[in-house]
Amino acid sequence: MNEREKILDKYSARVFKNRKDHIVELDDSGMPKQIAANSRSVPGLMVNRGCCYAGCKGVVLGPLHDVVVLTHGPIGCGYYSWGTRRNKGRAEDGRNFMQYCFSTDMQEPDIVFGGEKKLKQAIKEIVEIFHPECIMICSTCPVGLIGDDTSAVAKWAEETYKVKCVAYSCEGYKGVSQSAGHHIANNGLMKHIIGSGNAKPDKKFAINILGEYNIGGDGWESERLLKLIGYEVISVFTGDGSYEKIKNAHVANLNLLQCHRSISYIAEMMKTKYNIDWIKINFIGIDETIRSLREVAAYFNDPGINARTEEVIASELEEIEEDRAYYREKLTGKTAGIFVGGSRSHHYQNLLADFGMKTLIAGYEFAHRDDYEGREVIPDIKLDADTKNIEQLTVEPDNRYYHLSIDKEHFDALKEKTDLEYYAGMFKDMGDGTITIDDFNHYETEKLLELFKPDIFYSGIKDKYMVQKSGTPSRQMHSYDYSGPYACFKGAINFARDTYMSIFTPAWNYITPPWYSKPTLEGRIGVEAIAGGEQNA
Amino acid sequence: MLDATPKEVSERKALRVNPCKTCQPVGAMYAALGVHRCMPHSHGSQGCCSYHRTFLARHFKEPAIATTSSFTEGACVFGGGSNLKKAVKNIFDIYDPDIIAVHTTCLSETIGDDLNSYIQQLENVPEGKIVVHTNTPSYSGSHVTGFGNMMSGFIKYLSKADAVKNGKIGIFPGFVNPGDMREMKRIAGLMKTDYIMFPDTSGVLDAPIKGHYEMYPKGGTKIEEIVALGSCEKVLALGELTCAPPAITLKSKCDVDFDSLPLPIGIEATDKYVMALSHFAKTEVPTALEDERGQLVDVILDAHPNFDKKTVAIYGDPDTVLGLASLVLEMGMVPKYLLTGTPNEEFVKKGQALLDKFGVEGCKVKANGDLFELHQWIKNDKVDLMIGTTHGKYIARAEDIPLVRAGFPILDRYVHSYMPLVGYRGAMRLLELICNALMDRRDRDAKDEDFELVM
Repeated sequence: MNEREKILDKYSARVFKNRKDHIVELDDSGMPKQIAANSRSVPGLMVNRGCCYAGCKGVVLGPLHDVVVLTHGPIGCGYYSWGTRRNKGRAEDGRNFMQYCFSTDMQEPDIVFGGEKKLKQAIKEIVEIFHPECIMICSTCPVGLIGDDTSAVAKWAEETYKVKCVAYSCEGYKGVSQSAGHHIANNGLMKHIIGSGNAKPDKKFAINILGEYNIGGDGWESERLLKLIGYEVISVFTGDGSYEKIKNAHVANLNLLQCHRSISYIAEMMKTKYNIDWIKINFIGIDETIRSLREVAAYFNDPGINARTEEVIASELEEIEEDRAYYREKLTGKTAGIFVGGSRSHHYQNLLADFGMKTLIAGYEFAHRDDYEGREVIPDIKLDADTKNIEQLTVEPDNRYYHLSIDKEHFDALKEKTDLEYYAGMFKDMGDGTITIDDFNHYETEKLLELFKPDIFYSGIKDKYMVQKSGTPSRQMHSYDYSGPYACFKGAINFARDTYMSIFTPAWNYITPPWYSKPTLEGRIGVEAIAGGEQNA
Repeated sequence: MLDATPKEVSERKALRVNPCKTCQPVGAMYAALGVHRCMPHSHGSQGCCSYHRTFLARHFKEPAIATTSSFTEGACVFGGGSNLKKAVKNIFDIYDPDIIAVHTTCLSETIGDDLNSYIQQLENVPEGKIVVHTNTPSYSGSHVTGFGNMMSGFIKYLSKADAVKNGKIGIFPGFVNPGDMREMKRIAGLMKTDYIMFPDTSGVLDAPIKGHYEMYPKGGTKIEEIVALGSCEKVLALGELTCAPPAITLKSKCDVDFDSLPLPIGIEATDKYVMALSHFAKTEVPTALEDERGQLVDVILDAHPNFDKKTVAIYGDPDTVLGLASLVLEMGMVPKYLLTGTPNEEFVKKGQALLDKFGVEGCKVKANGDLFELHQWIKNDKVDLMIGTTHGKYIARAEDIPLVRAGFPILDRYVHSYMPLVGYRGAMRLLELICNALMDRRDRDAKDEDFELVM
């Protein structure tokens, strides 16, 4: 039995039939492997997935610091998504709504008689107390079931209070994971916010960063470098983002895509609507950051930008040189498992490789096949009913803001050698008997730890303490265990320092008490009384 | 920090801002984790289960296991019966618990899933294994209600009245930490009481590291103990607002009498607990315990100039807030604001009664409130100290008020769940936390010439 079969061995026929296609052993044959992804989880398996609401409100909309995001539903959903994702955000005027949780706190009568009246009243109170420019309504499970028309309420709010108001029907049961919520959030932003500002696209090196949620300050670190090089960052989706900025996102010349999973919809739609090209970059990992910066520079093909890109790379590398060598020496040969969302499990493999670490096992919670296998499989992906229920928004070119792009020859040349409008997926960076699991669960995690014995396991809080109890160092890759930034050059050193700390912290040596290996009772063979026993005799 | 919060309090009829409660299911999940070899099961969307497990893991810094029915749109249309059936089979196959404790969510409640019949119709429950359930609609009550409802669920399914009483007392510990349950049990042990604690998360959510993972650590109330609750002589429902409802359930099912007592936080509430045990077990209070009490009163007297008449805002779960209020009143402090997010007007009556008893005036007591309102009160009339859960840290920072963390949830500190708030020892720990917070503040704010070496 190989490792994959050992993992699947315990399952009943029905569960086996489902899970077997989600677990893939990778080799170096170069033959493409297929994985089942973005499909329903098996009821009863302790999975790590969240829901549609968590993807929409928690991930994509939550970081917009000048937007009042109102959760329409009972209290829990709003409460759990309040301040728990570590998206750092600064508001220049100090009015940062991320510090707040807004909810309609629906009660039984609202469920029975409908919640629209309460929603309207809550919006009235928001306007009167907080005077925001933009309100977003996120629906939780019961709202869709009782049929509240939140879009109509949003329209009413815009007319009555002259504020921007967008409703998102992101009820938890939609789709199969957070992923559906990302899509719904993308659609809403595209329909109602992006392009609603009236700035003109007349800038030279203007970019948006998409899929950067500024966990632990990652976005700030990437932005710092990009600004040093000479780019103008128009907006970030959505880490430390704001309504104020993303409404003018249409003026950028290029979209940089960090998280492919959660926001590629916007990148694609902005291409159609504004002719803004997009490029898959990755600011996690030293080599990846260098590659990304050079590819973005190659896109603009400007001597000044090229020169400053190399200057910034050289100066950042120089600053981290000593630490980089130190941690590389300490960490080389260590092995890792990494299981997070829909992008990071790939991104962080590059960072681990920078320090000589090997990823033995990896997987995503809510990725789609293209995140594993590369965008070339998108035409082959069959949409199931759960996916078809999520609106596929189609957009038309917008003549007001349609861009002139780079010439076709340059575009085609870049497409050959860079990640311009391409994402290769995780598989191509794995092989050699490593295992990938989609929608991993608690049992499979236990099994992986037993079979592969990695030196460190990166995942989320739900696994963290189980992994640690089993004697394996663990770090949360959703929240970075309250550390960071991990992006770019200095971030890479932070990551290495934290990894080194977690593997080598002295407490690991104390798990087994000394009396397990050294006797505490002393005596001589053949002598009746033993020391300590004599007094009791 | 919280710069958008205006000082003027305006009436809100619909908008909840910065809640001081969460929804029922997480309380049910916590209660179920206090049963030995039990798998809590969330009957709803995956997100609920994920949020609740995350939340418990963040508070306890421990694994919090639970499974879900993983509803999709199809399940909402056709009902969740098929999902539950599959889930139960898979849970017993793969995770092998002795019992599955199902709780509902706003989703399964809104579509009207009938868990009673779903569970009766289950055909795949292995011999000797059990499935129980409770209803925890997220749109009523709070996590505290859900905790009590899950207890009632276990009782309804399992507790049985034997012909002969078993001579034991049931102790319902309230919505407290494993450290509190451990302390309650220690005191009951000192009182030589034969007891059943239900639920009991000690040994589950504070299990030690051993180098291998145990899905079901040795702690938790055993199934046979829940059965035996029905033959107990009596039940002590600690935390009246949390544990009286399940005590009533047990009373009506098995005719077991109960006494509702406040959570044993502070001197008098602990005295009541000790005396109730003494009365039941017919034991004298041992010197060891009496000495703990004497030590507590001793240190309060020693330290009282540092906290006497200081004002404090206390917020969190109803029974915890009442317990903390009772302690600070005994210390001579003024609990200026008492607030819980849980909708229960009994809280207001009991809080006011405490204030009246100590003759303290000018304080506000509110149930079904939120931290936004508490902040507004504080903006209008400041306090010297805040005691409560992590979410108050925004206010503490905005208004530069020292914060003592106590209650549920505490997401940003360690060790708290191991250490009791209850009993004389717990009160002494709280006293130290309160005193240190105030005295550190005095040190921080003192001018060089006023900076004291000896205090």
